[in-house]
Formats: sequence, structure tokens, C-alpha cells
Amino acid sequence: MPRLSYRRALTRALADEMARDESVVVLGEDIRVAAANVTTGLLKKFGPERVRDTPLSEQAFTSFATGAALAGARPVVEFQIPSLLFLVFEQIVNHAHKFPLMTGGQCAVPVTYVVPGSGSRTGWAGQHSDHPYALFAHVGVTTVVPATPADAYGLLVSAIRCDDPVVVFAPAGALDLRADVTDLTPVPLGRGIVRRPGADVTVVAVGHLVHDALAVAEELAGQASVEVFDPRTLYPFDWDGLFESVSRTGRLVVVDDGNRSCGIAGEIIATVVERVRLAAPPRRVTRPDGAVLPFAPALDRAVQPGRDQLTAAIQLTLKDG
Amino acid sequence: MTGSDPLRLYRTVRLIRRFEERAIELVRAGQIVGGIHPYLGQEGIAAGVCAALDREDLVTGTHRGHGHVLAKGADPARMLAELCGRVTGLNRGRGGSMHAADFGVGVLGANAIVGAAGAILTGAVWERRRRGADIVGVTFFGDGAVNEGMLLEAFNLAALWRVPVLFVCENNGYATTMPVEGAVAGTIAGRAAAFGMPAVAVDGQDPEAVREVTAAAVARMRAGGGPELVEARTYRFDAHHTFEHQVRLDYRPPEEVAEGRSRDPVDIAGARLDPAVRAEVDAAVEAELDAAVEYALAGPHPDPATALDHLYASGLTARTGGG
Repeated sequence: MPRLSYRRALTRALADEMARDESVVVLGEDIRVAAANVTTGLLKKFGPERVRDTPLSEQAFTSFATGAALAGARPVVEFQIPSLLFLVFEQIVNHAHKFPLMTGGQCAVPVTYVVPGSGSRTGWAGQHSDHPYALFAHVGVTTVVPATPADAYGLLVSAIRCDDPVVVFAPAGALDLRADVTDLTPVPLGRGIVRRPGADVTVVAVGHLVHDALAVAEELAGQASVEVFDPRTLYPFDWDGLFESVSRTGRLVVVDDGNRSCGIAGEIIATVVERVRLAAPPRRVTRPDGAVLPFAPALDRAVQPGRDQLTAAIQLTLKDG
Repeated sequence: MTGSDPLRLYRTVRLIRRFEERAIELVRAGQIVGGIHPYLGQEGIAAGVCAALDREDLVTGTHRGHGHVLAKGADPARMLAELCGRVTGLNRGRGGSMHAADFGVGVLGANAIVGAAGAILTGAVWERRRRGADIVGVTFFGDGAVNEGMLLEAFNLAALWRVPVLFVCENNGYATTMPVEGAVAGTIAGRAAAFGMPAVAVDGQDPEAVREVTAAAVARMRAGGGPELVEARTYRFDAHHTFEHQVRLDYRPPEEVAEGRSRDPVDIAGARLDPAVRAEVDAAVEAELDAAVEYALAGPHPDPATALDHLYASGLTARTGGG
């Protein structure tokens, strides 16, 4: 059974889609040498016309991708740093996302934005460690956060094939994962998965935190039966899948590497309590309000959601109600 | 590409002029909500530039974009219906004045964010050419846009990758109310020079002069040349936006406005025609616009239940906002 790393899963997805579809092109900084270790081998295989190393002009090359998409391409834009998404938020939201509606359906903008190394990389400090997936969910741009190598492959493939803009966050905390992968196959957008079945509480975990949630669930196995739900896509969210889970367990905890106010955890909890009568108040474990990741490793870790916090939140939820 | 055609140029200039005047009437009548940014006085630029383009060539316009859309060949009736927010409009009533688009004639949209369209157009031209189409593109922008970093990044990308894009700066002297002298360090042409792009200034009030410089630039680009810049010097005859018809802003001296209005592209183009021919064109334009207004006002208003139609090309449906 082949072992596949998360990074190579992304590489495979890009290479497979480029081989399958001439309209797929890749743009980004330092991609010819695969500085982010994702576009490895693509230049040699597909040439500089389809693997375009860009100057440090994020706004221009993001909108260049929009234009290319309007003319029939399926561009993939790589950003080495998650915080660059702030710089191109205007280009993605105000143009790529809005063009289909504003033109009355005259066009599609099938661009994929991939961020290999979102969230904290420990020691990269304030301007390189954000995890702004909730911003894109808020504005209605399809947003995926794969947790495993198989999903990294399958969701990136589906993102590239999607006729809308899609942001693919590949958390730094998951990039070094390896897994036995028997079947590389597209993973549908908007479909979550129960990673571990349980009966007492549903833990929704985003991205790399799925693995923390699974570890905590295992630790708590003697005390409680914890179900771990990985939404995989944050927008559109698999509400039906989550309702099914929470309807069985009656309890909800969300662990999310975003800031607390207006974060995806808040949206998940709000939507669940609108529809499901829970046995206990739901809880969330997130970064603090307005978090800026400080440099020193202990401080960096201190503002990220931790297993201890998740354990405590689960125990409180089980005790309440 | 076509050669000199005074009749066609005059017709386009006159069409845009009367279209804008009719649109202002419809703003006053409450049929166009949100107002418009009138292109009055600048018609010679869109007319001259687009006369040097083929149907397959691509353009992007601005918030002051009606002229670009019309000159590239969009149907005035559907354009006016769009301004009136009807389902019969170019964008099915979803775009309005600032986002009017007609992909069928190569208009990738007016774009309401200053300086934003240059990179989009560059990417679109690049992709079409990658697919073997021998096209060029034109992106229109105002003097205010030359201070937007995004546009300067687009200059760099287009020049670096030799994408045949003509950057057309419509320098009407003001970014909303800010005079060029108060906003632009250096020169507009100097920005092109910094990226190794040829630049030429032209009298934007003379559509034939604009057509000539555009045709020359387009010929160089079709022959394998990289992007170029044209600075078309012009004057906005009316308000920045029709809201100024209610709130008079004091930023242009009356003498300056009078002098600016004295060089009218409609008269300059019209003087090249036999008066009888000009009168025939005027009558034909009037008849076309009478029909356009009728068509626009007869079009159905969109059903509120369809407000989020076209939000996702993939067919995804968004959650509604109700409780």
C-alpha cells in the first residue's frame, strides 16, 4: 500500500488535473522551483506556459487568473503565505466571486487558490501565521480545509474542476502527514465525514485539528464516546451531515483554528442550535478574539486551540445538562 | 481592423452622446436608480479606440463605462434595459450601469473598482492567445487609476509577459474632484516608460486621431509587440456622477468647463460629414434610441425570488437570509 504525504497528494492532484485538462494552468511565486514543495516537477512536465512563475505582484496575478478563467482557463494560484490572502481579498471577493452574478450569468470564474502551509508554522510570527478560512466562508467563496492526504488530493481535484472560485487551505499542521492511500479519487465539495463514530458528543474539528480531536477522543474513550466530524468543506457546509450526527449525540463541541469572533465555530454552533435541540449548551475552542500569533513558540502555541482545551470543553459539555 | 471611416465614427460618437442624455433623463424620471457616471465629452475615445478593434478583441471598461460597451458593439436597447434594471438587460438587471457586460461582443464588463480591470483583461487576452486566437485587448481607465498599485502591477505583468494589451488612460483632468496635478507625481506616460512600454498622448476629443493611434498600436501588437499605453486627453462635460445634479460641488472653474466643452467630439466628428448625411445619422440614432427607451421600459422587472440567481456558476445554491 503506497504511503502518500499530504504535500505529494497536492502535487499529484495538480499533475493529474494538468494532464487531464489543458485548461489547467498554475501560477504563483517560486513555483518553478517548488519553494513550497508542492509544484514539484510540474515545470518540467508541463512547461513554463502552464506553470507560470510570477513576480511579487499578488494582486495582479490573482486578477490575471480571474481574467484567464473568464477566457476559458482553470487557473490554480498558489500562495506561499496565508496572510497574502488579505492582500488579494479584494481581487477574489470583489471580482472573481462577483462576476457571475454581476454579469447575469454570462461567465464563470473557475479559479483555485491553494495555500500550502496555512495557520501556524511555529516561529513564523504575526504576518505569516493566519488561518482566515472563515473570511471566505463569510463572503460565500467555496472554502475547503483538507485534513488528510487523501482529502488533500480529492478536494484539490474537485476544487480545480469546480466552476466557481475555491480556496484550498492546506494547514501547516497537516502538511507533514503521511497516510496509506489506496485510492486517489475526487472528494465532493460540501460533504463532511464522520472520522470516528461516537454516541455522547459530536466534535466538529477543522483541518489539522481533526487529528487532535481524534487523539482526544481516544484518550477519553474510557469516559465518553466521542464522535469526530470533519466538515472538510467549510462553505458550503455539510449541514445535513452534521445535523444527523448531532441529532444522535445531542451534544456539540467545535474546535477551530480561527479567531473567535465571527469565526466558523460560531456559525456552526448557531446553525445547529437553530435546528437541533441539544442536551447541553454547545462549546467552542478557538484562537482568542483578534489573535495575532506572537513569535516565541510558547506564545504561538498558547493562542492556538489545544488538546487540553478541547478535552475540558468536551468534559464540560458532558457534565452540563 | 478598419481604416478611416468618418461616418461610422460620427455615428458612434453621436450614439453615445444621445444615449447618455437619454439615460440622464431616465435618471431624473426615476427609471434608472443609483444614477450614472455620464461619459459626456469623452465619447471620441471609446469610438476611436473600438473602431480599430475586431469583434473578437476584448475590452474592459470603467464606472464611466457606457461608451466603451456601446462602441464595442453592444445593443443600446439591452444596455438601456440593464441601466433600468430589467431582465431584458445585458446582465439581466444584475449589473446596472457600473457592471454592464456583453461577453458576446468582447466586453468583459465595466468595472467599478478603479484600476482593477487591467490585470483581469491581461489574463483574459493571455488565455485567448494561448488557445490560438490572434486577439488583442484594451483596458480603459481614468487618470485616477494611475495611482492604483494594482494597475501598475498589471503594467508590469503585461510588459513582462508581452501580452498585447493597450492601456488606454482617459485623462479627463479629475479623479472625481481631485485634479490630476494634485494626485499624480511624475507623468502618466512616464509610468509606461518605467515598464518599457511605448506611450503616446492623443487628443481624446478627436475620434479620428484616437482611431489612428490605436490602429497603429494594435498593428504593432498583432505583429508580436508587447503592451502599449495611450493617454487620451479629454474633458468630462458633465458631473462625475448624476448625484452632482442635486449637490453642486465647486471644483471646476466655470471658465475651464466652458473651454473644455468648446471642443466637442460630436462636433469635431460631425464637421467631417456632409451636413445632410450628418442629419440622416442624427435621425437614425434618434430613432434607434426611441426604440431603445421603449424596449428598456417595457422589459419586466426581475422577480425578487431570483435575487441570487447566477451567484454560483457551479449551480450551488446559497442559504437564504430569513429566520
